[in-house]
Order: sequence, then C-alpha cells, then structure tokens
Amino acid sequence: MIEKEVTIRNRAGLHTRPAAALVKIAAQFKSEFFIYKDGFEINGKSIIGVMTLAAEQGSSLQLKFEGDDEEQAMQTVVGLFERGFDEM
Amino acid sequence: MLHGIPASPGIVIGKAYVFAKQAPRVEDKSISEDEVANEIDRLQHSIERSEKELQKVLQLTEQKVGSQKAKIFEAQIMILLDVVLFDSIRLRIRKELKSAEYAVHREISKYQQMMMNSSDEYMRERAHDVEDVKNRIIRNIQQEKLISRFEPNSIVVSEILTPADTVLFSRNAVLAYATDMGGTTSHAALLSRSLNIPSVVGLKEVTKLVQAGDTIVVDGYTGNVILHPNEETLIRCKERNEEHEYFETSLKEIRELTAQTLDGKIVQLSCNIEFSEEAENVHTKGSHGIGLYRTEGLFLRTENYPSEEEQYSEYRSIVEKSAPYKVVMRTLDIGGDKVVSNPTNEENPFLGWRGIRVLLDRPEVFLTQLRAMLRASAFGEVWIMLPMISGLKEIRRTKELLERAKKELREKTIPFDENIKIGAMIEIPAAAVIAGDIAQEVDFLSIGTNDLIQYLLAVDRGNEVVAELYQEFHPAVIKTIHHIIKEGHRAGKPVSMCGEMAGDPVALLLLLGLGLDEFSMNPHILPEIKKIIRSVSYSEAEEIARRVLEMKTENDVKDFLKVNLHTMVPDLLLE
Repeated sequence: MIEKEVTIRNRAGLHTRPAAALVKIAAQFKSEFFIYKDGFEINGKSIIGVMTLAAEQGSSLQLKFEGDDEEQAMQTVVGLFERGFDEM
Repeated sequence: MLHGIPASPGIVIGKAYVFAKQAPRVEDKSISEDEVANEIDRLQHSIERSEKELQKVLQLTEQKVGSQKAKIFEAQIMILLDVVLFDSIRLRIRKELKSAEYAVHREISKYQQMMMNSSDEYMRERAHDVEDVKNRIIRNIQQEKLISRFEPNSIVVSEILTPADTVLFSRNAVLAYATDMGGTTSHAALLSRSLNIPSVVGLKEVTKLVQAGDTIVVDGYTGNVILHPNEETLIRCKERNEEHEYFETSLKEIRELTAQTLDGKIVQLSCNIEFSEEAENVHTKGSHGIGLYRTEGLFLRTENYPSEEEQYSEYRSIVEKSAPYKVVMRTLDIGGDKVVSNPTNEENPFLGWRGIRVLLDRPEVFLTQLRAMLRASAFGEVWIMLPMISGLKEIRRTKELLERAKKELREKTIPFDENIKIGAMIEIPAAAVIAGDIAQEVDFLSIGTNDLIQYLLAVDRGNEVVAELYQEFHPAVIKTIHHIIKEGHRAGKPVSMCGEMAGDPVALLLLLGLGLDEFSMNPHILPEIKKIIRSVSYSEAEEIARRVLEMKTENDVKDFLKVNLHTMVPDLLLE
C-alpha cells in the first residue's frame, strides 16, 4: 500500500472532465485506488464518487493505492494531478 | 359523476387502472434469494436502456445547442458506466435482498445527499444531474413492471398521457382512457381516436377520485365519467351503446358509395393514420386512401431513428394496403408536443425546432426518409407532404433534397415514381397569407387546422386553462381557410384539409361550400361525414358558406351551422 498527498492545481478543480480523466486512468490499473478528503473516503475508480468530492483548486487530497501495480498506478495518477489534468 | 372533454367516442364500463406518472416512487421492497438473478437482470436492462436514451439526447443536444450544454448528459452517461457504483448496487441486491429500484435509490441517494450538503453551488447543481439519472434508471426498471402489472381490459386513469404512453398501453388491450389534463386535440386524444379507444380528457381530478380497481363508466360521446355506477346507470349505458352501434350499421350500408352531394358534386374522403395497422381499418370505413399518414409513429416505436429499410418496408406496406388509392405521407413532424426526444429544453417548443425545421437542419435524416418514401412510390401512388412550412425557401430547399434523393436512387437503378407529388401543409399563418405563392411552387395544399387555429388564435390547444379560446369557428379561422382554398384553386392546385375540423360534422357544410376538394379525417367519423355529404346539396352549402363568411362571432356561426345540419340531415346522432 502506498499513500500520497496531492493538491488540485487546475482552476476548475475536479469537475466533470478531470474527474472522468482521473477515473479512466485509474481503471487501467489493477490496484485499488481510494481518495480521502475531509473525512470522506471515495473509490477513485468511481466517477460518481470522484464527482462527489467537489475538490476545488488548492484543496489537497490523500491518495491510497493497494495492489500489484500500485507503484505504477500512483506515479501515473499523481502525474495527472501535477499536470493539472492538462487543463492549465 | 365527472365531466371532461370527450376525446374519442364509445361508452365503456370497466375496472380502473390508475397510472401515476410523477417522479418514480420507490418502496423498501425485500426479495427472496430466487429473485436475485431476475432483479439483477432488470437492473442491467434498465442501465442499457437509459444509456441508449441518453446517447440520443446527447447527440441531439450537441447538434442543436453545442457541446457545452451536452456535458450534463455526458456526465450522466459516465455515471451509467460507473462499474464501481453498479457493483455496489448489485451487492445490495444480493446481500440485503432488496429490489433493484430500491438498491439503486439507496446507493445513488447517498452521493446525491453528499452533493446537496456541499456549500459549493456548482456541486449542488450536480446533485440534480445525479437525481435525474437515478430517476431515469428507476423509471426504466419500473417501466418493465408497469406493463407486466397492467391488467388487460382495464380503463387507464392518468394525470396525462404522452403519445408514447398511449401507444404503449394500446398494445395491452386498454378499454378506455380518462385523464386529468389535455384537450380534445392533444396528441393523446388524437392517438386514442385513431386507435378506436374511447377516451375522455381534461377531467381535472379523476386520478384523485378513482382508486385502482374501481368500476367506472367512460362515455367518450358526452365526456362523462361515472364513478361507482349503480345497476340502473349500467343498463342505460348499455342501451346508449346499442343505439350508437345501430347507427353505425346504417352507415356501413353506404360504405362503397361515392361521397357525392344530391346535386352531383363529388369530393374525396380519406383518412388520417399513424400506424400501418390502421391502413386496413380504413377500407372498412369506405375511405378513398390516406390523406395524412403521420410518420412519427414509426419514430416513436424505434429506439433510434429508423433506418431507410425499416421506413421503406413500413411505407410500402401502407401503400400496398391502400392501393388503388393514394397515400399522402407527411415527413417527420417531431417537435411541439410530439416529442421523441427534445433535449434542448426550448422555452416555447410550439414556436421552436419542429417539423421541416428539424428536417432541413438534419439533411441526413430527411434524405433517408425521402428515399424510403420514393422507393415506396414504386408500389402505388404516394404524395409527399411537408409540415410547418412558413415560406418558399423551405420548399425550394426540400425540392433540392428530393432531387438529390431521386438521383441517388437512379444511380442504383432503384425504381420510384418520377412524378411523385409534393405538397405543403398550411398550418402557419404566414403560409396561409402567401398560400397563392406556395401553391405555385407545389402540387397540392393541405390545411392543418389544429396548428393553424392555435397559431392564428395564439391558443395552446393542450392547455386546458385556455382551451375554450381554441375556436374552430372563429371568423378569422373561416376567412383564412376561405383564402387558402381560393388561392390554391387560382393556381390550379387541389386543396385538402387534414386537421380535426375536416371530420367535424358541424363544419362540413361550411367547408363543402368553401370548395374544399378533399377531407381527411379519423376513420371512425368518415361514414358519418359521407352520409351527410350524400344528404345535402352543394349549391345550398355554397349559400351557407357565403352567409357564414359575413358572421361576426363563433357562436353565430356554430348555431347557424348546427341548425342547418339538423334540418338537412335529421337522423344524425349529434351528441
């Protein structure tokens, strides 16, 4: 299991399009992927879950990966957050 | 007893089935182990159906209002594809042994609640999207149950019926319809009439007063709905029904005869239909062909736009059933209240994207339909009729497309009628004003009175609050019809009428006298109209029309026409 903290960098936050991009990328990995924010736990492979997070710009999220390809999954997902979902 | 608007004739006694159409209600329903597989199946069907619906909505929205608004539906589709979400719903069904709709309700409401609690306005809006998609899934789960739970031979009691509902129920041997809302020319009323199902609309609170299983009487002649009828009432209803049947038999005797007045004027009587099944019924009523075939029925029945082949086989079957008489096919008239899927949320759909406007914006849909109609014309006489024409530009653009469709067929050596006739519906006041110019451009004119009257008088015919202002005999309506017929004849083109008015016995003398060439109506009324025509003289009708053109109010006109009709055809059963 790996945990990692990320910050939302794109202006619109985790609205529909970035949420979809995140779920799509997470689905490519076998590892389970959870997101924690303000006491909520959300399955990162569920679009409705990620949409519910309402994570606006500047807020920070705790990511958790667990599974065989967790290292690779973490790097890919974190990369997406760092690039601001290619929206910056 | 309740009184509403009689929408389709016939008296029926039967048990009520109350159909609630509001937001789906979900009960906390437990299931047994054996039912789990079935519930999961129902869930799966509903997801697939919901996705198809949303894809269609998405596609239309993108084309009409751009991808920005379409994003709402994109997000809803993504929710439908959320594996994690539906895994947990399936788990609830299996572990908690709950019905599919309850599991959907519980699981999705959880997210909805979290979004509603957000301080962010954007997020609270998203909660509505989530609610929409949840309701769609639940509705689609229940839809299947609805049909299976529906007791055949019931009277459907409902707040409102959409055209899709009406068709859906008619496949389950419905005896009659009684609805809270709607006017006589609402599409549910039109449909029930063409399906020969008695109905009364505009009853205001019939859904509140009738319980499922109650025995009620629906009288589609008078518009009365009797709750808890006693023995005496039941007997009287049966007697009246017999009287009507007797009259109908007397009409059958003139079935094969021409619609000719006493002094020798011959007019054409034809029928309005929506489904190919109705084309058979038409002959038994003594009709000379189809004056209006509404192609929307086919589009309502299929999930997506029907293919050229599907359309062609439907059109061909109608043409073959109607031979040797012609079939006037109206190109797709989606929009207004006839909504297959109107995602754009127009503020005023009747003044919006409908009829020829949709077709010219979507030439691929239009071309497909034109090719299918052309191909059917190889098997009998087909006339093509264009809805919602407002000016010459639309007609010219359509003719270009028709030429293109013909060229495509020629290249493939597929046979069709090279001289296929094309005509315009006159239903927008602007078209009525320039009817002469339009007549020069087409082969025939057809007056669509339902829309013409509502546009001319600015009255929504489905809105019961103002339904009384919808007046067939308003002097402006009569003068407009007179103008259209005169202008059509001046250009040497025949003028028909395919609105409700063409089948109104009271209007008949007037329309005949104004020189209308063809009357296209619902099959059930045709024998009666023929009887009237055979009992009157054209010269008298002309005189009546001249007098009516000078009258100032609808009441004057109506009274005058009724008195004359009674005098000329005394044995008519006018309700």
